[in-house]
Formats: sequence, C-alpha cells, structure tokens
Amino acid sequence: MNMNLTLKIWRQKNASDKGQMVDYKVSDISPDMSFLEMLDVLNEQLVNNNESPVAFDHDCREGICGMCSLYINGEAHGPDRGVTTCQLHMRMFKDGDTITIEPFRATAFPVIKDLIVDRSSFDRIQHAGGFISVNTSGNTIDANAIPVNKHDADDAFSAATCIGCGACVASCKNSSAMLFVGAKVSQFALLPQGKVEATDRVLNMVKQMDEEGFGNCTNTGACEVECPKGISLENIARMNREYLAASLKG
Amino acid sequence: MALDSKIPQGPIKDKWTDYKNQIDLVNPANKRNIDVIVVGTGLAGGSAAATLAELGYNVKAFCFQDSPRRAHSIAAQGGINAAKNYQGDGDSTYRLFYDTVKGGDYRSREANVYRLAEVSANIIDQCVAQGVPFAREYGGLLDNRSFGGVLVSRTFYAAGQTGQQLLLGAYSAMNRQIGRGKIKMYNRHEMLDVVKVDGKARGIITRNLITGEIERHSAHAVVLGTGGYGNVFFLSTNAMGSNVTAAWKAHKRGAYFANPCYTQIHPTCIPVSGDHQSKLTLMSESLRNDGRIWVPKHMKDVEAIRNKTLQPKDIKEEDRDYYLERRYPAFGNLVPRDVASRAAKERCDAGFGVNATGEAVFLDFASAITRYGKEQATVRHLDVNDAALVKKLGQEVVKNKYGNLFQMYEKIVDQDPYNTPMMIYPAVHYTMGGIWVDYNLMTTVPGLYCIGEANFSDHGANRLGASALMQGLADGYFVLPYTIGDYLSDDIRTGPISTDSKEFDEAEKSVRELIDKLINNNGQHSVDYFHKKLGKIMWNKVGMSRNVTGLTEAIAEIKALREQFWKEVKVPGTNEEFNEELAKATRVADYLELGELFAKDALHREESCGGHFREDAVELDGEQKGEAKRDDENFAYVAAWEYKGEPSDAVLHKEQLEFKDIELKQRSYK
Repeated sequence: MNMNLTLKIWRQKNASDKGQMVDYKVSDISPDMSFLEMLDVLNEQLVNNNESPVAFDHDCREGICGMCSLYINGEAHGPDRGVTTCQLHMRMFKDGDTITIEPFRATAFPVIKDLIVDRSSFDRIQHAGGFISVNTSGNTIDANAIPVNKHDADDAFSAATCIGCGACVASCKNSSAMLFVGAKVSQFALLPQGKVEATDRVLNMVKQMDEEGFGNCTNTGACEVECPKGISLENIARMNREYLAASLKG
Repeated sequence: MALDSKIPQGPIKDKWTDYKNQIDLVNPANKRNIDVIVVGTGLAGGSAAATLAELGYNVKAFCFQDSPRRAHSIAAQGGINAAKNYQGDGDSTYRLFYDTVKGGDYRSREANVYRLAEVSANIIDQCVAQGVPFAREYGGLLDNRSFGGVLVSRTFYAAGQTGQQLLLGAYSAMNRQIGRGKIKMYNRHEMLDVVKVDGKARGIITRNLITGEIERHSAHAVVLGTGGYGNVFFLSTNAMGSNVTAAWKAHKRGAYFANPCYTQIHPTCIPVSGDHQSKLTLMSESLRNDGRIWVPKHMKDVEAIRNKTLQPKDIKEEDRDYYLERRYPAFGNLVPRDVASRAAKERCDAGFGVNATGEAVFLDFASAITRYGKEQATVRHLDVNDAALVKKLGQEVVKNKYGNLFQMYEKIVDQDPYNTPMMIYPAVHYTMGGIWVDYNLMTTVPGLYCIGEANFSDHGANRLGASALMQGLADGYFVLPYTIGDYLSDDIRTGPISTDSKEFDEAEKSVRELIDKLINNNGQHSVDYFHKKLGKIMWNKVGMSRNVTGLTEAIAEIKALREQFWKEVKVPGTNEEFNEELAKATRVADYLELGELFAKDALHREESCGGHFREDAVELDGEQKGEAKRDDENFAYVAAWEYKGEPSDAVLHKEQLEFKDIELKQRSYK
C-alpha cells in the first residue's frame, strides 16, 4: 500500500548559513521506491512549486560509490542494516510515519548545503599514505610470483570493501575515523606487497587523521553496527597494533 | 578531413612494440614543463592521471563527484580479462584478441584490439603490485572465472566488486601523486567546454559545482576519460551523474563521434518496478557461470506465476524452457550479452515474461547450489544424499562467490534469491560508440585524447564481459602515457599556456550564455520531465530492436522534444550556488542532441551487428534463421560523424575496417 509521510529535513543554504529543520509532506509513496527516489518525488514537487529542491549527494544508487550519506531517524543510512541510503527501501517505513533527515555531522565533515557535507578530509588521509609506492611500468613481477594465503587475501579484501561514505564517523559519539583508516591500513598490512612501507604508512595516516579533527576511539562499536559494508572492528585493533609497532621502531 | 587511423605498419604482433621503439620521447627535465589535463577519474582517467604524474608531467585532474574514488567504474562487478593462461586452458594473446574482435561482431579495429590483448597481462601484474586484493585459491594463487562469449577462464575478480577494487587501486596511485603535488585534483567540477588555440586542444572551461564559479584551465594536452552515454535512455545501470557532456562538447569543437548507435543492453538486470524508478541495477554476468536462464514452457504456468498461485521452483524440469541452452548448445547460458538480451526479449515478446509487466525471465541457481553442495559434502566426508545439508553447503559456496549481488537483489526486490530464482530483464549498460580516436587514442582535434568507455575503439558493436575494466586500465596505464609523449615532444619549448586569450574568452562566454539561458528560461517543466520523455523514445524506438519507421519517428520526436526543452524547461535557483537542477539541465541539453545523432546513425546502418539489431536485417533461413545478419560488403566501416550544427546536418566520415589477421565470418554461438 502506498504511503503518506511527513519529512523533517535539515535545510542550510551554504556553509555559513545557520540552518534549520523544515517540514514537508509527500504522498502516494510506493514501498518499492528507494529512499532517494522518495526524495526525488519531493524535489520534483518543490521544483514545480518554485521552491528550492533539497540538496543531497548521490551517484551510483547501487550502494558502491559511497557518495550518498544522510542521517535518517538518528542513524547513518537509516534503519536497515548493511545498506547505504540509496539501497534503503521505503518498505522499511509505514503510512503516516514522520522521518527526520539530517546530514552526517562531524567537525571534519562541514556542511556544504542542506544534506551535503565535505568529506575531503578522508581523501587527505589517503594522500598521506593510502597506497603502495609502485610506479606503472608493465615490468613488475608476475602476479602469481608471490602466493598470498587465502585467509589473508580474503581479510584484505573485506577491509578494502570500505566505500568511504563516512557513516562510521557520523555514528561515532567522538566523530572518530578509526574504522575508515583502520580498514585501509589493514588492507595493506595483510598483503606482502604492503609490508615494505607499513611503518611510515600507519604513522602518516594517523597523523593526518588527527590533524583533520577526527576524535578518538573509545571502543563503543557504533561504527561497525552502522557501516553499510560491515567493516569489522578488528581493523581498528590491527591498526593499533601496527601503530604501536611502528612507534616503537621510531 | 580524411580519417587517418595511424595504424603502424608491420605484422600485428610486432606493431605496438616496434611503434613504442620509434615514437618520440620527452626527457624527464622537460616533462616538468608540460601540463596535462585529465577529465574523469574512473579506471581510464584515474590510471592515466597517476601514470602521467609518475612520468613527471604536471597533471590537473577533474571529476564531478566529491572524490575521484566515486567514478562509476566503481560499480563494475564481475571481473577483468587478461590473457595470463594461469588455468592452462589454451588462452593466449591471440585468443583474447580473436574473442574480442568476434564478440564485437567484427566492427572494431584489429590493431587496437591486439594491443589491448597484449598489455592485458601487465594490468594484472600492476594491480597486484598496488595491493588490489583479487580472489585467490587456497594455494595462494589467483583465481579465475569465465565470462560470456569465450571458452576459457581468463577473468580475474574480487567477489562481485572487481571494479571497486581496481578503481581504488588507481585512486591509491593517484593519491600518491596528489600527495607529492604532481596531480592537482579538482573535485566537484564539471567540464563544460574544450578550448582550442591554433587548432590544438589547450584547455577546458569548468563549472565549480559548489560555488558555480566558471573557471579556465590550460594545458598542453587534454585527455577525456569521461565514460559512456547510456543515460541518454534515462533508465540505465549508469550512475545518476554519468553524462555525455564532456564528450559532446569535444564533438562540437571538432572531435568526430563514432558509432553512437552501438549500445550494450545487458541481459541480467533487475526489471523495472514502476514509474518512480530512477535507475536500474545490474546483476553481474558472472552469475551466468552458475545461474541457468529459463521461462516456463507453457502459458498456463506463466499465468499461474503472475497470479502468484504457483511458485517457480514447483515447475517441473520438463516444463521449463532453458531457451539459451536450447538455442545455443555450444555456449549455453554464456552467450555474449547482445545475443542473451535479444533471446530474453524474444521470449517476453512471445508472452512468456514471468512478472506482472511481462518483462522478466528467471535466473536460477538451484542446480548450482545442489552441485556445489554435493561437492562440499564429498570433500568434508558428509552425506551427499542429505538434501537439506547439501542445500545449506551449496548456499554457502554461492554466498561466497556472489554474496553482495544476492544481497543487492534481495534489498531491491524483497525476495530471497537463494530460495527462489531471480527475475531479470535486459537494461542499457554500456556504450561501445564514442569519440573517434586514432591508434594513439587522439581524437580528430590535435592534442585532445579520449580513453576508456568514452572512445569507440576496442569493442566494435558489442563488448564482451570483463573487457571494459581491461580497456580502461590498458588505455590509462599502458597506452596513452606512451602515445601522448610523441605529441608532447613538440611542446617542450612552448612554455605555459595562457588562459588570457580570445579563445578562452570566447569559450567562457559561450558557457556563461548557456547557463544564463537555462537559469532565466522560467519554463513549466522540470529537467527530469524531459529526460524521462527522451528515455522513453530511445528505449521504445532506438532500443533492443530497431526498424526504419521507428527510427524515423524517433529522429523527429527527439528534435521536437529538444525544441520544447529550450522553451519550457525550468531551472530553479541561481548559478552561484550548488544547483543540481542546473547541472542536470546542462547534461540533458546535450543528451537531446546526442539522442538524435544516435537514431540517425542507427537508421543509416542498414545491417544488424552486435548491439545494433535491425529487424530488416535478419537471417531468413538455414541454421542461423532468426539471428542477426551483418552486411560486411557495405558496412564494415566505422561511422564517424562530424558536427555541423543540428544533429541532422552531421556529416558522415567512414573509416574502412580491414581484417588481415582474423577471417570475417558470421558469428555463431550455436
């Protein structure tokens, strides 16, 4: 059955505007719509009424690009588990519901407009060390020259599936980015190719993370619960070990 | 202007090596004085930007997303081909070359495809060195799977997220260069024009999507890696922001647009559920390794399934029509995409579609689950006759291979594909057509290059699965960085290109006029209103099967829609802010021109080849009855269109395709 809903949405003209919650009504919403398709309906309505549409980030709409965000009813990517906002479907809601929609909030993620935040701090952490220093040459060794234990390879892959959306930061009471950084550090730490630069990598990435204004980790675990890709807390533990070992090496 | 493909002389297996040995190089000290602009940061653009920066050029890279990591290459699921022959199943560079040319229905350029096959193995080595976590076997070596249209296992993968892992590899290579200051990254910027100075591409005009600022950027060469134009259909598996604008602006500045009608309609996508739909979701072709495609044999069963009085799993084996296995016994469920899509359409048009709209077929994993389950039970010394146990073990294996895809399906459709077959239907996925480029990947505008899906060169009229990732990375890592040096070697004394020139003035002025016109139009319909209408015309008349009447109507309808758009489109707000409606309007304006050229190209090509199927070009009898009929005598050429104002005025240039190393023959997968 189609639904009528009340939406309470954060509206903020630009970075310097104070911003406020504004109420909207949408009707005849199909349970088969995705959450963002429901917002498309609202925006079409706003454009037709000569009002300003709600700005939100989105692109692939299949849960992999990491562009969409949204803090829905107090949860990053909304009430469903293991999905991004673009994969959240309206069948998770019922007729007459009021839905609160806010941007991801963190000092390191300033609001650009409405529900859009600036996550370039994540990119800068990656610039500091999220890579293996190998030039493109076509003369690297054969891909099968170094066998990798399947369990390590699988764990590295699981860590590497992070989509960089920032839900971990938005869900953390300290706005910590440890899950995001831990995932990248782990991916490389688990692979033989990544071990050469492991010491510098973890030190540089953590330093940049701190400079960006992310908070500390207090092992609450909200990040893991809300992560749409199920990135495990083990990655934070592994990063802490790597960091300690690197610090002792100097 | 006559088209010169600049294919090097000599035997095909030596062309690339000999050519690399002869082209001019730029010495490292001079590279520091040369700037290159790269637009788009997907597999092609990202890998090119990183490699050019490693070589020493000053790179400026642009993407419309908030980070280069989000480009739509990230959504590629199944895998990447490479002629490594790790499985020892007879693969070779020649075989990959042959499969790709045949799969493309003999409409691609032999020399380019051979080079692609030749560098494919390097890509895997490079990505592993970067830390891309490909799937491995228990012995620690890399695993492979097979894809459609081939008889070997040459596809490397990372679960159903291969594109993501490869793109994050290219992104990490970019990050290293951004950190060193060799790449200057411009996120949330849209390219709105190419600037030509003295006939050469020397810069671009961009709009900052946050502030609306119109900016000038100059360089000694411009590289477009801006992806395909599938969103001209409104509904496609492309990302919402994927667009043709950069390529179309290049076309308007003199780059010929080749084979626009070659579009890949992917057979395994989640069917459309209603008018609210904003995009379609692919279910990877890799699923056809294990999934069997079928519809019921009898109409009474079809009706019972639609009325929900019968479960698909309750239909007996003998009452099922595994139509791909029936029609194509040699390749079965792994026929190429164009063949599989048409076969699904044929069954649904005949009334056998299994959902409410009549546009869906089943993709069934039950037999794979049983097969894997029995294998696991045997390995673990458990009872192979315990059906529940076998099913459980089989489901675990399938989950390991395709877990993320099954989860996506379940979230969208609200059905559990481990226990009931998936419903799938073809959807627009990829565009083989694109900007015409020569062997150097340079367009008809000197200094303007085009790589990845945005160009036309390697896939002919139909792309094989797992070849898009291969081509994007081949172009960006291993081809362009060499060929561009040959051109830039003439620029070592040029010095920085000024943006203070009449050419930049003129280009910026035209961009500002376009934006002012859209903002001040004050019409009554939203941008999406027009985009959806365009999509319907394209899908109904320029889609999976095309005829003269439909194409002629489409051309007139798109032209009329374009005129209506410019009278009636409404773009709220101003330029000087984040304004997504404005960004969408600039893109749809270009689609409304491209769409007409697309239909014009489809009308002129009076043959069926690959993804381009003409109802008036079909085999009438013999073993191949009902299959697509190519016309090599009259159409073995690349159709490259030159911009002359209205799409109807576009001028056709032909690049005749020569097949010296592969015999031209009918493509058979029987």
